[in-house]
Amino acid sequence: LVFTEEDKYGLYSNLLFKYFLAEGVICGHDLFVASAKEHPDTILKELPAPLLDDTHQNELGGEATAVKSEDFPDSMKIAWRYQNLPKMETSPTTSTKFGHYYDVSKTMSPELLQSIKWHSFYLPEELSLQPKMKMCNMNSAYARLLQSIQRIIYQEGFDGSDPQKKQKNILRIGIQSLGSMLWGDDICSSDTPENIHSLTKFLYVLRALLRKSLSACIITVPAHLVQNKAIMERVTNLSDMVVGLESFIGSERETNPLYKDYHGLVHVHQIPRLNGLICDVSDTKDLAFRLKRKLFTIERLHLPPDLSDTVSRTSKQDLAESAKLLSSGCGAMAIGKKHLDF
Amino acid sequence: VRFAPSLQSCSLWSIVFSSLQGVSLTAAKERGQLVFLEGLKSCLDLLFGEEEEPSGQPSPLQFLSESSSDLKSLFDFVRTSLTPTEDDSWKGVVLLVDDLSVLLSLGATPVAVLDFIHYCRVLVCSQLKGNVVVLAHGDEDSEDEESEVVVNSLCHHSDLILWVEGLATGFCKDVHGQIKIIKRVSLELTGEQDHVQIYQYKIQDKNVTFFAPGLSAAVL
Repeated sequence: LVFTEEDKYGLYSNLLFKYFLAEGVICGHDLFVASAKEHPDTILKELPAPLLDDTHQNELGGEATAVKSEDFPDSMKIAWRYQNLPKMETSPTTSTKFGHYYDVSKTMSPELLQSIKWHSFYLPEELSLQPKMKMCNMNSAYARLLQSIQRIIYQEGFDGSDPQKKQKNILRIGIQSLGSMLWGDDICSSDTPENIHSLTKFLYVLRALLRKSLSACIITVPAHLVQNKAIMERVTNLSDMVVGLESFIGSERETNPLYKDYHGLVHVHQIPRLNGLICDVSDTKDLAFRLKRKLFTIERLHLPPDLSDTVSRTSKQDLAESAKLLSSGCGAMAIGKKHLDF
Repeated sequence: VRFAPSLQSCSLWSIVFSSLQGVSLTAAKERGQLVFLEGLKSCLDLLFGEEEEPSGQPSPLQFLSESSSDLKSLFDFVRTSLTPTEDDSWKGVVLLVDDLSVLLSLGATPVAVLDFIHYCRVLVCSQLKGNVVVLAHGDEDSEDEESEVVVNSLCHHSDLILWVEGLATGFCKDVHGQIKIIKRVSLELTGEQDHVQIYQYKIQDKNVTFFAPGLSAAVL
């Protein structure tokens, strides 16, 4: 269960959402799209087109070789500890191919979409039906959504209930803007909402459904609008993976020279630990994303080196605070006082 | 042994247990030694299941669909599964509850959760001379007041507290966190203070290694 905290204007989280669905189309999985805002048909029409493998491989290959050919002429004398650390790579290695790449400027062709089976749940259309579920104190929109998901899982045999079905497939579920007012939930508008447990109950039952069947789910939630922070903490505990997107639009960081190459930050709050004690923890914790004309990339936050010692950066203090949670792999970050007095 | 995890499935726990101690959960289940309540599964049965309950007994997670927020049905389930039958010779009883905080997320009030734990303690500790092990989420600077109430109350009543937290200095590859073991000797009214021991740990694929603070593999 991938839980995404939306950025302020929802631009980038929508992009991630579409990537998830597009990947499903390419892999031949079935899709289930639920939204209260846009009709799922519209969402599906706007999925990014997959990139042909050769062109993109060449691009990335070019970059990787450029980095490798740089030689450090002098071995480091003072910062000798850093020499043992591997060279920083901004983008993930291309040797392991996992997933596909997409071209954001083009939309997916309808033929590709026709090849898979998809189901939709558009809240305004489903309001007329009565929920049959026996759950009380839950938002009726959530109850209907759960019912719909369960029905699809059962009917299409994703939970293994139909032994006749030989072809096992995965159901990718995407739910957009859960918790917003469009779903009838008031956690975004008031501090003490009426049905404070609706969202958490929904997530629990959804997780139960996911565990029991061959499905994966991505949910986007406007976390910045949720007034009661306790709900977000509980939701984090209930999800497998939690990723937050923070875009720089409209905030003071947009003009900050440190972040000029990027459009926003990616905060990974939780990584899934399925079927084991440990999870795959990456070396670095600070990731940023940027939206180029064709690509949406997530890479390590690479700060330009601090060359001048008279110019003070106002955001250095903020960085020092956030550095409490970051690893020590980034050699360019200087935490501490500017002048050393001897 | 009685297990009531709500968040993860039985298969995960089997893997964890077998890798940690070579103990097989499925064999224990068959021997009748272990009763496992899979919260996720029973909630699905409750909500999407048939109208008629074949066994006539209410589901342990009945509080999800009823308006009453007490956990009585959950406790009844615990009680019935812990009642020893004639041919059982249970030497010790352990009730393990994985994630009390999930019960809060599902709509139980803190009072109901604490009542449930109290009833379990009376049953397991006093009547059956066993132990209760409970997991709860708590954060020092969290804004979740209900969770804090539950955690504080549990701490006051516990004989042994294992407080697991991340390092104050942030993320580290070799040390994943530290665990404080607090033996509540002060509860015995002998005038002694609680014994506190601090260890740091690193989680590996099938094992967890503990070491004294400052002696991690990164430093040595």
